[in-house]
Amino acid sequence: MKVDRRSFLAFVLGGAAGTALSPLPWKITDDISIWSQNWPWTPVPQKGEISTVNSTCTLCPGGCGITVKKVDERVIKIEGLNGHPVNDGGLCTLGLSGAQLLYGATRIRNPQKKVNGRWQKISWEEAVIEIAAKLKELRAEGSAHKVAWVAGTDRGTVPELFSRFLTVFGSPNFFRTPSIWDSYELTLYLTQGTRSMAGFDIENADFILSFGSGLVEGWGSPGYMFRAKAMMRKNGGRMDQIEPRLSKTAAKSDHWIAINPGTEGALALGLAHVIIKEKLYDRNFVNAHTTGLSARFQQVIDGFPPEIVSKTTGISTGTILALAKDFAAARKPLAICGLGQGHQAGSLQEFLAVHTLNALAGNINQPGGVWTLPEPDYIDWPDPEIDAVASEGLQQTRIDGAGSYRYPNARYLLHRLPKVVNASDESAVEVLFVYDANPVYSLSDAESVKKAFDKIPLVVSFSSYMDETTAMADLVLPNHVFLERYQDVPAALGFPKPIIGLSQPAIEPLYNTRHTGDFIIQLAKELGHNIAAAFPWDDYATCLEETLGDKWDGLVETGYWLDDEFSGADWADAFETASAKFEFTNNEINTLAEYHPAKIEGDESLYPLVLVPYDTMRLTSDYIASPPFLVKALEDTILKSNDVLLEINPATAQPLGLSEGKYASLTTLRGNARVKVHLTEGIMPGIIAIPRGLGHASDNRFLAGRGLSYNQFSSPVEDPASGHDAAWGIRAKLSKA
Amino acid sequence: MSTDEKANEVSAAAADQEPIPPSSETEGSGQDSEKGAGGAIILFFILGLIASLVVGWVIFPQVLYSQKRQPVDFNHVLHNDLVDDGCESCHFFREDGTFSGVPKLAQCIDCHEEVNGEDPEEEKFVNEYVAREREVPWLIYSRQPQNVFFSHVAHVQMAQMECDTCHGPIGESENLKVYEENRISGYSRDIWGRNIAGFKRNSWDRMKMDDCADCHRKEDVNQNSVQTLRGGCFVCHK
Repeated sequence: MKVDRRSFLAFVLGGAAGTALSPLPWKITDDISIWSQNWPWTPVPQKGEISTVNSTCTLCPGGCGITVKKVDERVIKIEGLNGHPVNDGGLCTLGLSGAQLLYGATRIRNPQKKVNGRWQKISWEEAVIEIAAKLKELRAEGSAHKVAWVAGTDRGTVPELFSRFLTVFGSPNFFRTPSIWDSYELTLYLTQGTRSMAGFDIENADFILSFGSGLVEGWGSPGYMFRAKAMMRKNGGRMDQIEPRLSKTAAKSDHWIAINPGTEGALALGLAHVIIKEKLYDRNFVNAHTTGLSARFQQVIDGFPPEIVSKTTGISTGTILALAKDFAAARKPLAICGLGQGHQAGSLQEFLAVHTLNALAGNINQPGGVWTLPEPDYIDWPDPEIDAVASEGLQQTRIDGAGSYRYPNARYLLHRLPKVVNASDESAVEVLFVYDANPVYSLSDAESVKKAFDKIPLVVSFSSYMDETTAMADLVLPNHVFLERYQDVPAALGFPKPIIGLSQPAIEPLYNTRHTGDFIIQLAKELGHNIAAAFPWDDYATCLEETLGDKWDGLVETGYWLDDEFSGADWADAFETASAKFEFTNNEINTLAEYHPAKIEGDESLYPLVLVPYDTMRLTSDYIASPPFLVKALEDTILKSNDVLLEINPATAQPLGLSEGKYASLTTLRGNARVKVHLTEGIMPGIIAIPRGLGHASDNRFLAGRGLSYNQFSSPVEDPASGHDAAWGIRAKLSKA
Repeated sequence: MSTDEKANEVSAAAADQEPIPPSSETEGSGQDSEKGAGGAIILFFILGLIASLVVGWVIFPQVLYSQKRQPVDFNHVLHNDLVDDGCESCHFFREDGTFSGVPKLAQCIDCHEEVNGEDPEEEKFVNEYVAREREVPWLIYSRQPQNVFFSHVAHVQMAQMECDTCHGPIGESENLKVYEENRISGYSRDIWGRNIAGFKRNSWDRMKMDDCADCHRKEDVNQNSVQTLRGGCFVCHK
């Protein structure tokens, strides 16, 4: 029998027939379809028990309540906490992406030490011993004051532990990162005599006059502002936005009043001028509760008649007059200031001028107005024992000069730190601790900040991520992230009632991280003597529970404690000034440098344009860098591929020969880089803008190398009245690239 | 080349061949070889048929599934005797109505914090999982593909179905059977069923889409999705 071609074909045919009669083709088709509908590499939430933990978000100082949803021990979603007084179920994009910050690949998983420029793992015990040894050395040399601490806030038990540590150690150098709240605190102190926080009852106001504040772009507590603004609008309230750029807030307002940047204070004084001259102010309030609307204050506003203000601000006299009248005529008018999200302190005189408008409208400490919230007082630890070394260290002036003769009103001037460190051959700071802050990224003039950090012999970062500051540190001692730890949140910025939030662990820590509160207690114990005695707690959790006392159980259950009945102090006690009234002027205010729009760096002839930063909810520029979800949600008018888009008015672009999508070279005195041009009528001619929050040099592949950081172009401008950074932009030039 | 030339060439080629003498022998042998070839063709056809049937029915199922043993053996009968609520003692519904599925360590630990008996499997369970606080990576025979939405509470509590209608008499087993994993889809063989042709005798023999649909039709279940009010796919595929 020959096996030939025919036989072979017969065999194949038989095979085909047999295969068709077997389950093989049908089964394989079925299996392949199941496989292709359920790609095994697509991540899906595991199945398990669903549970929730009520907590407080600490990714910004907004104090929003969150519900952390878990499947077994895996966090799968973060939602706004329903019924929470601040955000009532709402949550911003950053809060929503919190799980990416927990599980993201860029988390620092162990304590590490930089040896010859490379990170090496060390144990927590080694870290405590090493830092303690350095600190003991400094105390022995009488250089205790050369230890400094930078934190995102000075409120709450963790920052209080830091300042307590510095106090018993002997250093006055605790720093809070700058923000508009520096200026608001000073404004309340100077006019009302109280050390307090400003709260804004946006939802009950009927006219919000915003001097550049990004009400829906992250100003104050975003969760509260979104909700309150929506309520205010629903009740028929009016919103006017004064700023040079058509921001999202401006777009959502009834009127966008374009103003020459940096002249907001002049406009506020101009409005006060009209209101006073035309006697449009709330006479009952002004007569009963204020003083100082006297010759001296008249003299101040005499310098700001509408005609002059119109020239300064670029707003027509008619608009100024109408605005003043409408503001005074409104039932609950509320003036707010602080640019964008409020990351820079700004001009103190501008804040005083804007707050004056609220006083003239009689809208202080009442519904729909500005509330003076007492500083949280639940942290009531016994005074620590101060030894001779500490006492000597505490008598030294602060490195930044805050509180000194030159800057009597300022409490923290972090933007001066790089200048002081760079000014001498030997660094004025020997050991710098950084917590919930990323100054190398967020301070103006990034180059000089880097230089200063390079010079400080020992920088210790508590960050969970390799941000710009941590990359320059010598030791990184990663804190638990906010979903793994306890922490009190003593306020929600700008929220009009006293509130305490509790951040509590939703899951056990994933890595070899340690609560920074625990680390401080251990460090203090290692240093011994009275330093150890000042920290009697076994661990941070005990410290927190004891501190919160009878509020603890309620906080654990609901996630917050609210003083719902808060109605401010009685009028007799509301103002702690000498006159016990609101003071338009007083000796302290009179000694301040007069209002002038802050002069930004750069010569107009060489740098004809003005570069301003802007904020968006889709980018963060604080100590937490944008997680991947935010970067993905960025619109292509902000970032295209890796290029940041520079907003420019077509009228400004045309003479420069720049058109949409073309590259241009952007130069300021501090930096130069290539940008992509985006033409928009939504920005005043002569002004150009880029967002804050891009241009990170971190190890986060979703963010690194994308766009540019505004701070590589910027430079601080000292406010003559307070010493804070009052820069609102920098002069720039553009050319075809 | 012209047509004539072509014709000449063909005839020349014909002339080259040896003439074949017409003989009855060769004619006869020619018929035989055709007959033989026909037989061979049928033979090969049948061979191909049989081989592919063997491959399709016997070898393919063996190759398609990999055999895996559970990390620890489990005796359902033994445990069933010790509990009060039958299957739901361990495979319970949570307060929110979700089904717990395979028990977690937390449930076993009440009795098995230490080794109770002499069974080496129990010893393994206690030493490798309980002591180390590691969950047992049980292989789940009835795990449906990810794109299937199935609610236990709708079937067991609302429709009052018995567990064994779908899962069979697993509560009567003394050992856990070998888990056979489909090498293509990654799911258990129990979804398609033991029978490679897909035939079934009992309601629990298969857990494919058609089996769900048959029962839904038979029981006259609402054919529309509650959420989308649409029929067909959206009842089970969200």
